[in-house]
Amino acid sequence: MFELENAKTTQGLRRIAIEPVSRVEGHGKVTLLLDEHNKIHQVRLHIVEFRGFEVFIKGRPYWEVPVTVQRLCGICPVSHQLAACKAMDVIIGAKQLTPTAEKLRRLMHYGQIVQSNAVHFYHLASPDLLLGFDSEVAQRNIIGVALKYPDIAKQGILLRKYGQEVIHHVAGKRIHGTGAVPGGVNKALTKAERDILKKNLPQLIEWAQGGIELVQRLHEANPSFYNTFGLFDSNMMGMVREDGALDLYHGYLCAKDAKGKPIFSRLNYETYTQVLREEVKPWSYMKFPYIAELGPENGWYKVGPLARLQTCDFIPSPLAEAARQTMLSFGNGQPIHSTLCYHWARIIEVLHGLEVIQSLLEDPDVLGTDLTVKGERQEEGVGVIEAPRGILVHHYKVNEDDQVSMCNLIVSTTHNNQAMNSAIRSVAMQHLDRRIISEGLLNHIECAIRAYDPCLSCATHALGKMPLQVELLNAEGKRLSLLSRDSTGTLHSADLHA
Amino acid sequence: MNLEDTFIIDGTPIPFEPSQTVLQAALKAGVFIPHLCFYPGLRPNGSCKLCTVIINGRHTSACTALARSGIEVENNTPELNDKRRLMLQMLFVEGNHFCPGCEKSGNCQLQALAYELEMMTPHFSHFFPSRKIDASHPEAFLDMNRCIACGLCVQASCEVDKKNIFALSGRGMASHIVINTPSGKLGDSSFALSDKAANVCPVGAILPKRHGFALPIGQRLYDTLPISSQTEFLTTRKA
Repeated sequence: MFELENAKTTQGLRRIAIEPVSRVEGHGKVTLLLDEHNKIHQVRLHIVEFRGFEVFIKGRPYWEVPVTVQRLCGICPVSHQLAACKAMDVIIGAKQLTPTAEKLRRLMHYGQIVQSNAVHFYHLASPDLLLGFDSEVAQRNIIGVALKYPDIAKQGILLRKYGQEVIHHVAGKRIHGTGAVPGGVNKALTKAERDILKKNLPQLIEWAQGGIELVQRLHEANPSFYNTFGLFDSNMMGMVREDGALDLYHGYLCAKDAKGKPIFSRLNYETYTQVLREEVKPWSYMKFPYIAELGPENGWYKVGPLARLQTCDFIPSPLAEAARQTMLSFGNGQPIHSTLCYHWARIIEVLHGLEVIQSLLEDPDVLGTDLTVKGERQEEGVGVIEAPRGILVHHYKVNEDDQVSMCNLIVSTTHNNQAMNSAIRSVAMQHLDRRIISEGLLNHIECAIRAYDPCLSCATHALGKMPLQVELLNAEGKRLSLLSRDSTGTLHSADLHA
Repeated sequence: MNLEDTFIIDGTPIPFEPSQTVLQAALKAGVFIPHLCFYPGLRPNGSCKLCTVIINGRHTSACTALARSGIEVENNTPELNDKRRLMLQMLFVEGNHFCPGCEKSGNCQLQALAYELEMMTPHFSHFFPSRKIDASHPEAFLDMNRCIACGLCVQASCEVDKKNIFALSGRGMASHIVINTPSGKLGDSSFALSDKAANVCPVGAILPKRHGFALPIGQRLYDTLPISSQTEFLTTRKA
């Protein structure tokens, strides 16, 4: 049980709901329970929508899955498509893709990193960072940023546009294309397309560097706030190459504890079921993953930009690695856990994505036409990728008639579930406890969630047996009755009138 | 042009040959009439009613009406296209047509017609019927969610392939395709991908396995030109 997860009693407590949480993908809400002195007793992030992809994908042909599951999200569809394709590569026995196919997939993926991280940093988060967490709410949006800082807004919009153009040329569409297929890709990149993508890269790299400098300036202007906002210690997980370099497309899982000490360093992701567990809680549709050997209390972790930039040994592109070193130096030799540093890490990844794209576009393999391979058919496949928000797991079983018989998805936002709850509890205690609650203060809570860039609609899949708890409270907040469903689907009721 | 060998569609003279239907003559002349259940080389059966036109004031299916000298045909009119759009909407809600995840997308005649006739919404409530998937055949996938009961596979299998594998069963709303084997499974039939029946489905109900999404966006049949501009293909296509 975590502090502020469950109030000792709900009697006499006042409930404040932030619903919906704005400037995030999907629908979520935060509830706070406070007493008459505004002392906070309970803080929870709830994901209130339900998707069910894991269920309705059953029975579908495996080659259809990468295109269908990408509809989980309109911001990072490429990540879902590629994770599913990596799993289906295993299913069709495509052990080694052609160099062209792998590089085109990487091109598409790093285009995704650039566009998604840019839209998050500039469109969703920069209004808080540039205009103030409690600035005028009507101005606290990308239009407000464009009015006050037109150059920054323009650069953000064009960085995102470029990432989408990369995806468009590889996948056929900016959003929900069909580029990756089991065993490779379906489309070769033409020289004309390659040249279009090369054209403005130096300018874009300069803008990404400007974005990093902007975050650094903000941090330096108010270090005590930036260092402590939503601060909590946790384990971290990311994906690395054999040599320890950051690799957002393929590699090993690597986890470190809050002090930076390795928990595991080169884990084959196909064995994730032996290492990770998911806990269910009655008040949320979203599960709570943890590292099995450490247990649910100590084994939870964070993923995403800040986590993976600290689990890797280095970024394999020079400008981004230099920027990473600068960011790490602010930790004075210790891992950085400040929630707002997610933005710093995120914009460093935009620069890294552009550097990788630049290097791929110089590689003659991306213009190749040898696009697909296949081999001996398998029954089960796991695909893992570093999506913009963190580690994304796709796991499928396919029967002999080519139909999916099992699907398990663990999306980045689910990995970050406990971390986000810890962040908002930390912010609530720092900024809201025993104070008169205003819209601006409540936005502090949303800022903590936004730092993780949660993809809430991706994060809920369970059907039918999710534990749930329904409470009937009277006007004073006293619980009159309770109906709950456990993880086996069994209903329990407790009439508290007696 | 010999006027005795022409008829009029929306004011334009259309030449025809003896025994040609209004639809065949129109397509050959480059005039598009929306249709789903007509396929060159197969006997017209007039089941989908999308090709309904008004001939000399009377509604009739262009695929079954013989071309005759001097007849006047109303085709591309707001009134007829409204009715066609309505029929498309009914087809969409009767089945489970999820274009975003369908591998036939871009090559699908139903989808192409929906774009052509500017179908912006399904309009009606979806039925979400529970329909079968038959994955038992090693080379073909049968997804009844997308079947519009046009009957083309029934005809092709019976009249061209001489296998009689498919049949329409049930009546009215309950009409559906069945497989003529004791198990009812396609995998127990002599169906082959080289059959005409394997290649005439206008939607994504009968598909070859493991080929989905092989064609990139931009190279699919209806990516470059709308279906109304592909009359030559619609006339000459061969399964």
